[in-house]
Amino acid sequence: MGIRTLVGMLVAAVLVTALLAMLPGYSLFVPELLRGALLTVEIAVLGSLVAVVLGVLAALARMYGPAPVRWLATVYVEVFRGTSALVQLFWLFFVLPQFGILIDAFTVAVLALGLNVGAYGSEVVRGAIQSVARGQWEAGTALNMSRAQMLRRIILPQAFIAMIPPWGNLFIELLKSTALVSLITLSDLAFKAQQMNQTTFKTIPIFTLVLLMYLVMSLCVTIGMRLLEKRASAGLSRGRTA
Amino acid sequence: MIWDWNFTFEILPKLAGAALVTIEATLLGFAIAATLGLLVAVARIAFPRSAWGISVVVELVRSTPLLIQIFFLYFVFPKFGVMLDAFTAGVLAIGVHYAAYCSEVYRAGFDNIPRGQWEASIALNLSSWTTLRDIIVPQAIPPIVPALGNYLVALFKETPLLSAIAVLELMQTAKIIGSETFRYTEPITLVGLFFLAMSLVSAALIKALEIMLDRRMAR
Repeated sequence: MGIRTLVGMLVAAVLVTALLAMLPGYSLFVPELLRGALLTVEIAVLGSLVAVVLGVLAALARMYGPAPVRWLATVYVEVFRGTSALVQLFWLFFVLPQFGILIDAFTVAVLALGLNVGAYGSEVVRGAIQSVARGQWEAGTALNMSRAQMLRRIILPQAFIAMIPPWGNLFIELLKSTALVSLITLSDLAFKAQQMNQTTFKTIPIFTLVLLMYLVMSLCVTIGMRLLEKRASAGLSRGRTA
Repeated sequence: MIWDWNFTFEILPKLAGAALVTIEATLLGFAIAATLGLLVAVARIAFPRSAWGISVVVELVRSTPLLIQIFFLYFVFPKFGVMLDAFTAGVLAIGVHYAAYCSEVYRAGFDNIPRGQWEASIALNLSSWTTLRDIIVPQAIPPIVPALGNYLVALFKETPLLSAIAVLELMQTAKIIGSETFRYTEPITLVGLFFLAMSLVSAALIKALEIMLDRRMAR
């Protein structure tokens, strides 16, 4: 989908939400839902940070680390890609306390989502690094750079551009997964929706507003990543296609 | 002791029964996703004028959380007089959600068919329905089977969400065992291991399938 269509959808979604929010049957749910949405955004942003850090670290560890570090990173990636996000969330929330490790629900949410998406992200990072042409490494060697220098100054900046679109997809996945944290007692958007649904039975207005709010958030992420991609790759195609 | 083996063997039959429900939900959900996804992709080609509307709907489904969609089907549909039991609502929600993803996969498959195939069919005076059924679809599907397989695994890993509307699948059963016995370690770990094992096995199967298809294509 083109960026114009996306911006059009975003404007339409915001307008519809604002109009609905003014209707009498809808307006009374809005403040609580917005408070929930704030928590959703907080968890999504922090979770994304954890995911990016873990993704880069795990990818580098798998590619260049010494054997034990490499195995550890592989086990991490396979376990977190192989089990479902909800199971991971419940495991951290219910099982870790039995081993005497007590973490509050908010931290569990950020950690679980970050760990989960980070595992997928490490594959993205690995793929992007491998997609950089071999000649770039060779040129770095010819210039007598150390491997860390080449990675930092030659390879990663180029891999970065290839990473942006798949990371955008992952951020959206993460944003959508934040709805799961409602099941470990955090009062995010999904939790507020369920809570108010159970007390008021005004199912249609509540869930319509919630769906629209999630849509607005996802569209913001999609558009933001598109702009970032455009900016990061500006001027590059000229030199490359020659 | 932190891990109790006797307890583990005690709850294993119960979890195995629930695993069947999980697998049933996965297969039914994927059947819906694969069929509906194909229909959506075909509709995009068949009605180019409404393709824009279809892609907006697909985008809507893809950018909102599955959990909310499950709640939506389960709580909102009864207001319109459509009563769905939890299992049906959940499977339907999962199926529709992944149909949106699958339709994009099918679309990629269709886009990869050279234009010449359509033109040759026109030259042979085939109707557009015959072209689609006998020429385009048979060529478009095999290359995208691995991608569809990946979505099958992803869908499988989303089925624990059904526990949120109290479908007695694996996660819900583990949670009930946990709340009855105050032992969460064994049930939830076993559920995790089950998912891990199934995912690794299916990843290996998809890889084998991919190699097989590659070979067939090369011939």
